[in-house]
Amino acid sequence: MDAVDRRIVDALQGGFPICPRPYAAAAQRIGLSEDELIARLAALSAGGTISRFGPLWDVERLGGAVTLAAIAVPAERFDDVAALVNAHPEVAHNYAREHALNMWFVVSAESRAEIDRVLAAIAAETGLEVLDMPKSEEYFLGLRLAA
Amino acid sequence: MTGSPARDRRLLAAIQDGLPLVPTPYAVVAERVGETEVAVRDRLRDLIESGVIRRFGMVLRHHELGYRANAMAVWDVPDARVDAVGERMASLPYVTLCYRRPRVWPAWPYNLFCMIHGRDRETVRGQVAEAAKAAGIEGLRSEVLFSLRRFKQQGARFDIAGDRAA
Repeated sequence: MDAVDRRIVDALQGGFPICPRPYAAAAQRIGLSEDELIARLAALSAGGTISRFGPLWDVERLGGAVTLAAIAVPAERFDDVAALVNAHPEVAHNYAREHALNMWFVVSAESRAEIDRVLAAIAAETGLEVLDMPKSEEYFLGLRLAA
Repeated sequence: MTGSPARDRRLLAAIQDGLPLVPTPYAVVAERVGETEVAVRDRLRDLIESGVIRRFGMVLRHHELGYRANAMAVWDVPDARVDAVGERMASLPYVTLCYRRPRVWPAWPYNLFCMIHGRDRETVRGQVAEAAKAAGIEGLRSEVLFSLRRFKQQGARFDIAGDRAA
C-alpha cells in the first residue's frame, strides 16, 4: 500500500457520493482520475485490504436480529467446533479470543426466533453451552481506521 | 418511490458484496433490482439519512492494514451508571464500537463492551487503562480479550436475513 492508497483509505471509509458518476466525484476529492480510483479500489479488494466497498447497515432497523455469542471450547476441539459454527450462514464473523470463553461470533438473522434456532442448533451440534449476549444499548458505531 | 422493508432488503442484497467498480455503479444496481437509477439513488440517500445505512464506503480488514491488536475490553459497570460510562467511552477516538449487553451468570459478569483496534497490544492496553480513567471506572472488574484468529468476516447477508420475510 503506497501513499495514494492510504489517501484513498482515509477518504473513503464513509460518505461515498450518491450521484451518476460517484467514482469520478470521489476521485476528484482525492486528486485522482476516475479510472485510477476504480483500478486502485479493485486492487485493494483483490489484495484483501478492503473486505467490501459499499454499505454497512443496521440489521435491526430492517427488521432483522443480531446477537453476540460465546462458547468456552476445549482447546483440542477448537477447529472442529469452529467448523460446525461457521457452517451456519447466519454466523457473520467469528474470532478466537484469549479467554476461557475463547470463541466469539456474531449471529445475524431475519428474526429473534431464527437466532434462537441457530444458537440451539450450535449447542446441540457441539454439546457446549452457547452464551447469548444481544446488545441492550449501542453507544457508538463507525469503525474508522487511519491508514 | 417510497421504501418498504422488502424493497430495501432487495436493494441492499444487490450491493451486499460491493458496489460495482464501474463508472456508473448505480445504473448497474438499478438494472439488477428492476428500478430506475434515480429511484435507487434517492432510496440509498434516504437510507443513509435515516441511519439504516450506517456508513457507505470501504469496509476494511483491519488486520491487513497493520492493526494487529484487536481487543474486546469489558467491564462490570453498575446498571445505574452504565449508560453514562458507555457514552463517555464511545466519545474516545480509539474506541471503535461500544455496547451494553446482558451479563450471563455465572460465566460472564460483564455488561459494557468496547472494541479497540490498535497496531500492537501494548498500545491497546494503555488505551484501555486511559479509557477506564476517562470514564471514571478504574478499579471496576474488567478484562481485555485479544483476538488470536479470525475465522470469518462478512456483513449480515440478505440471502438469509431477508428474502423469506420479503
